Amino acid sequence: MNSVIRAISAGVLALTVGSSWAAEKVTLGVSIPAATHSFTAGIVWWANKAKADLEKANPGLKVIVKTAANAPEQANQLQDLLTVNKINTLVIFPFESASLTKPVAQVKGKGVYVTVVDRGLTDTSAQDAYVAGDNTAFGKLPAEYLAKAMGGKGNIVALRGIPTTLDNERYDAFTSVMKQHPGIKILDAKYGNWNRDDAFKVMQDYLTRFKQIDAVWAADDDMAVGVLKAIDQAKRRDIKVVFGGAGAKGAVKTLMDGSDPRIQANVSYSPKFMYDAIKLTAEARLAGKKLPANTIIPSVLITKQNAKDFYFPDSPF
Amino acid sequence: MPPVPTDAIPSWRRALSHLSGFGPLLGLIALCIAGAMLNPDFATVDNLMNVLTRTAFIGIIAVGMTFVIMSGGIDLSVGSMAALIAGCMILFMNGVAAGTPFAASPMLAVVLGIVLALVLGSVFGAAHGFLITKGRIEPFIVTLGTLGIFRAYLTYLADGGALTLDGTLSDLYSPVYYGSLLGIPIPVWVFAAVALAGGVLLNRTAFGRHVQAIGSNEQVARYAAIRVDLIKLLTYALLGLCVGVATLLYVPRLGSASPTTGLLWELEAIAAVVVGGTALKGGEGRIVGTVIGAILLSVISNILNLTSIISVYLNAAVQGVVIIIVAFMQRGR
Repeated sequence: MNSVIRAISAGVLALTVGSSWAAEKVTLGVSIPAATHSFTAGIVWWANKAKADLEKANPGLKVIVKTAANAPEQANQLQDLLTVNKINTLVIFPFESASLTKPVAQVKGKGVYVTVVDRGLTDTSAQDAYVAGDNTAFGKLPAEYLAKAMGGKGNIVALRGIPTTLDNERYDAFTSVMKQHPGIKILDAKYGNWNRDDAFKVMQDYLTRFKQIDAVWAADDDMAVGVLKAIDQAKRRDIKVVFGGAGAKGAVKTLMDGSDPRIQANVSYSPKFMYDAIKLTAEARLAGKKLPANTIIPSVLITKQNAKDFYFPDSPF
Repeated sequence: MPPVPTDAIPSWRRALSHLSGFGPLLGLIALCIAGAMLNPDFATVDNLMNVLTRTAFIGIIAVGMTFVIMSGGIDLSVGSMAALIAGCMILFMNGVAAGTPFAASPMLAVVLGIVLALVLGSVFGAAHGFLITKGRIEPFIVTLGTLGIFRAYLTYLADGGALTLDGTLSDLYSPVYYGSLLGIPIPVWVFAAVALAGGVLLNRTAFGRHVQAIGSNEQVARYAAIRVDLIKLLTYALLGLCVGVATLLYVPRLGSASPTTGLLWELEAIAAVVVGGTALKGGEGRIVGTVIGAILLSVISNILNLTSIISVYLNAAVQGVVIIIVAFMQRGR
């Protein structure tokens, strides 16, 4: 009998403790780059979806989404989020690592719980948690796939994004795998700036310069669009594989339909990690818990078999 | 230029000053020789056509920009304007082909899309001209404002992603970029036609003379009974029309428009005009120079893509150095 009462009272106690946590209001600020590229458009879309989904599921939660066009604007918005919106939780996708470290540290200094997404800060003590996409796998998986598809020998040309540490990380991961395949030659790697037009021009010049290209690592689905157009225009048949990246919906659709034999695989680097980061942070805060210091959203190889799991037709990306 | 006694300046200096007008051409020739030495594929017909075709967009806009700069104005919005026109065209053509607002054949949809591009360009340009002349706002400020407005609207229309032309329309429309006549790609023909028309307009018509007069001294032009406001408005409308022409050639290339479309085109067009020998302060300039300037800019990036002797991080630096050298070769004009 005693034990039953004890069990019930423990249960009641647990419930009241639980509800007292749930009663605590969480005002969560989300600070992200503005939609100037289809990837950041995806980030904005997923952030707004997280706001809609999470506010509906948790009455004690308020999410405020702010987009910024550059680093100084983002720093100003952090001030507004703190003083005007009185946030107690922040999820930030920093425009630049170095220039936002200090502003984020100040926000954290005021007692705000901070989750940093994707682009890390230069001083990790300015954050409580870090959630990121897997840039090493973004370079490594295509390299492994291409090496296998090419049977360990042939010529590759590569396109890089905008000169950044993130791009270096991906490219270094790619080349380090290729070093294990001495039969494969990387003819050149030029910047296509994650832009269709620039990729088109760079690929046109590659086609003029190299008579035999077996595969292209376009390193981004937007750049792959320009690359494919340039190949079609030159009527070249030597290129068997064009590997994009990031799992944009158009590229995943092509993969599902099998409508272009040169598109055989992709690697996920979905802006959905923004959604995951907001959800994980909000749920941890509502439950009064902390996130692990580092969470890596894994990049995985997308092929025809699993493509439907990565197809989000409503997202702009 | 007042007549100078021939013995007052040494003959070598005269020869040099005569040569200075050929700065861009000499620069281009020097670049081509360097390109051919660095990579034998540079001098092939295919590569030449690639470079000329991709120059067409900037070149056509730069021809229009020559008029605006010669009259003493500037337009910073052309890249954003091209992006917005491209986005509107794609949405409109997709809509027409799908039966909204009215059903039409795909061919008619493409033709209407082309008309829309030309109309939109002219209207945007005329709006600039109106705000600058009647509104009395600096051209720099008006077009800086519309630079933001145009690109923001495109981003809004595209929901931050890309607007893509429907498959059948894309197939039907693509020859406008990818097709060729007598072995020369269509955009190169259009570029040549626009440049020729620009040259005739500048050198053989009253309009061209008035533009030059306004650029060298607006007050004097006013006293000479030139309708300064109207001429200025027309230069912006003409530039807008050129942007429309460039866009209708651009859309079939990738069949899409995104927030990165036409980024920094304004600077490339202005650079082509200035490298080509048109004075940024107005009054003086040549269409031929602009055409050479535009080709020169494309050739630099083409050579950099065809070689790998310089770190890719330094590409922009090489472009900057060449632009400054060419400008140096024709200083004092």
